[in-house]
Amino acid sequence: MNRDGEELLLASRPLPAGLRRTDLAVPGIHCGGCIRRIEKALGALPGVEQARVNLSTKRVAIRWHEADGPPPLIGALADLGYEAHLHDWGSEQPDKQFAKLVRALAVAGFAAMNIMGLSISIWSGAAEETRFLFHWLSAVIALPALIYSGRIFFVSAWRSLRRGQTNMDVPISIGVLLAFGLSLYDTIHQQPHAYFDASISLLFFLLIGRTLDHLMRERARTAVNGLGRLVAYGATVVRDDGTQAHVPTSEIVPGMTILLAAGERVPVDATVVDGRSDLDCALLTGESAPEPVQAGATLRAGTLNLTGPLTIRAEATADDSFLAEMVRLMEAAESGRSGYRRIADRAARLYAPVVHGAALLSFVGWMIATGDVHRSITVAIAVLIITCPCALGLAVPMVQVVASRRLYEHGIMVKDGSALERLSEIDTALFDKTGTLTLGKPVLHAAGVEPRYLAIAAALGAHSRHPYAQALAAAQTGRGPTFDRVTEQAGLGLEGVSDGDVWRLGRATWAGGCDATSTPDDRSGTVLTCNGAFVAAFRFDDYARPGAREALRALGGAGFGLAILSGDRAGPVGALARSLGVDAFRSDMLPGEKTAHIAALAKEGRRVLMVGDGLNDAPALAAAHVSMTPAGAADIGRQAADFVFLRPGLDAVPFAISVALSARRLIRQNFALAVLYNLVALPVAIMGLVTPLVAALAMSGSSILVVANALRLRERGASTRTRSEGIAGVPPLRVVPAE
Amino acid sequence: MNMLWLLIPVSLLLGTIGLAAFFWSMGSGQYEDLEGAAERILFDDEDVPGANVAMDDIGQRDHDS
Repeated sequence: MNRDGEELLLASRPLPAGLRRTDLAVPGIHCGGCIRRIEKALGALPGVEQARVNLSTKRVAIRWHEADGPPPLIGALADLGYEAHLHDWGSEQPDKQFAKLVRALAVAGFAAMNIMGLSISIWSGAAEETRFLFHWLSAVIALPALIYSGRIFFVSAWRSLRRGQTNMDVPISIGVLLAFGLSLYDTIHQQPHAYFDASISLLFFLLIGRTLDHLMRERARTAVNGLGRLVAYGATVVRDDGTQAHVPTSEIVPGMTILLAAGERVPVDATVVDGRSDLDCALLTGESAPEPVQAGATLRAGTLNLTGPLTIRAEATADDSFLAEMVRLMEAAESGRSGYRRIADRAARLYAPVVHGAALLSFVGWMIATGDVHRSITVAIAVLIITCPCALGLAVPMVQVVASRRLYEHGIMVKDGSALERLSEIDTALFDKTGTLTLGKPVLHAAGVEPRYLAIAAALGAHSRHPYAQALAAAQTGRGPTFDRVTEQAGLGLEGVSDGDVWRLGRATWAGGCDATSTPDDRSGTVLTCNGAFVAAFRFDDYARPGAREALRALGGAGFGLAILSGDRAGPVGALARSLGVDAFRSDMLPGEKTAHIAALAKEGRRVLMVGDGLNDAPALAAAHVSMTPAGAADIGRQAADFVFLRPGLDAVPFAISVALSARRLIRQNFALAVLYNLVALPVAIMGLVTPLVAALAMSGSSILVVANALRLRERGASTRTRSEGIAGVPPLRVVPAE
Repeated sequence: MNMLWLLIPVSLLLGTIGLAAFFWSMGSGQYEDLEGAAERILFDDEDVPGANVAMDDIGQRDHDS
């Protein structure tokens, strides 16, 4: 069985009847044509029972017969031009909470609609007999809905009460339950008023808020999870008796000999026994230049083997590897952030006692004034219901859903609502260098290179996956010469023969053309030689992201403190900082130092936004008050960050901040509206003038007002859209393959 | 008044049928991929939602609960 098959088997899930299920994330799926092509191609593979594309989540689920062995799914997709990643079942469970919320919402909506219908005829003055019948009907509809839909609030309220705390769900639960109980009592005693409609529509409105909140988080999570993965599922191990076996990463123990082909990731920390190659450490260190390795070199888990096969010896188990260490560092950093309390929760802490107090006081007041227990309880419940944070429950999630939608349209994904709140509080922005302020991809410094030689170098470079070779290939648009044969010398360069001439592209020390006059820079550089004679040298630069300068200037102008934190050397960091107009920068920083720096700033009372991409940034992303990362980042970084931006432009940062600020303004307005509404409604309720009709009108009215206010955050007209499509005419990133 | 005894049960029954239909459609995974469904309507070949791979999750879910 080949290696891809082994990986596939490890990442699949058994189903009954000898079937297995594999999920692939295919970010390139974007239309109905993709669905057809993929399902047809995969369905035709031997052993595949069914392939089903999910366009919304950009995933393919494949069922295949275990007896036939794993089908070459990823290869088949690659032939179609789609890049596919194995989706790990361990990291994600099917989302049950959302289904539960939608069902509760449907039941509450059904009940609210029917009870409202009955109530309208009561309010219109139905005869006593009809009213009595309708009250009973309402009670019969309300009870199951209350049990089914209300349990979401009851459970949460009970959990909170048991810990001796109170949250928004406590007054909701008490209000709804008391209203139902009293209405039932009144129905039995044939009283004129019943509040079934109020208690159920309250549930309905609040569930809308809950569901929206959940939906937003879910969408970002599925979108972010599908982008790629860093840890190898398994590795090819050579046993003592010389046989080879594919074992899961978790079963690798120190001392095992592992064969690492080109294009594979290093599974655990290891040393090289044999072979030479180049390693892509970009995701770990943020450094874009590949690192040459040969026998004796130390490898860190998660780095990518680029050019040649290596034989390596495991030095640590997966749990002790660099990657796992980084995850631990990140978890430790994250615990500091959990102290943040969401606006809605903070409001509830102030609000709940006030509501409870008001209800209790009205009850006591009416008892003293009239001595009528039933009347007093009715008034107290009316106060609870009318002040119940119906508008408050919608105020925050509605604004945040609209805001995240707006960000999503600009290629920015938000993890959850609290991230928007935190982003609106920041006063300092810290940036990583490679991959964040820069594109993290070497680009040929074309000035002074003769086109003839560039064409030759590009034609050679197209044969390798070394970043410099690919940068050369990308720099040349026309057709280069054809070579009779091209061989890649791992870790050294490429050699091609054309018309009897031997061309070499690679390290100067290997390709030739070095003499006593060469500077050290020349020796480390990439050169093209012909029959051992120097022809051309190439320089590569990592360019700043489009819009980086403007974005930083906009942030600086808005009064944010800016700084660059990089693991790179002082020279390049300083040069970039100067070219971007940033005064403060720190270089040669280790991951731990970045976290410490952020912690120190936090101690000064600053709220820090961290923008970074590498694995080395992940702890810092987790430690910062709020964090952003580009889509090309290590998956751990994407997990840690609150915002992920999919387009190359750095203008995403000021844009996200401006949206967060307007969202905060709207949330505050909504709170003000809700409080204002309470100021009006509360005295009316305390005076005992609230009938079920008034309660229903007040509740729906305030909810509609709050929702309408939130919708103001949507974009108005096309002018804003064209502006935000990109700064200085930079086109948005295309994530779809060209047809 | 007498009509109410007929009409109210009928209206409630219809509403309940609608609710049950919604529950069923959700349980059978018809909301798993709304964008995909919009495209698939243009395909000529047979598309049986019952044989959906998304059903695996449903089976799993029923198993758990």
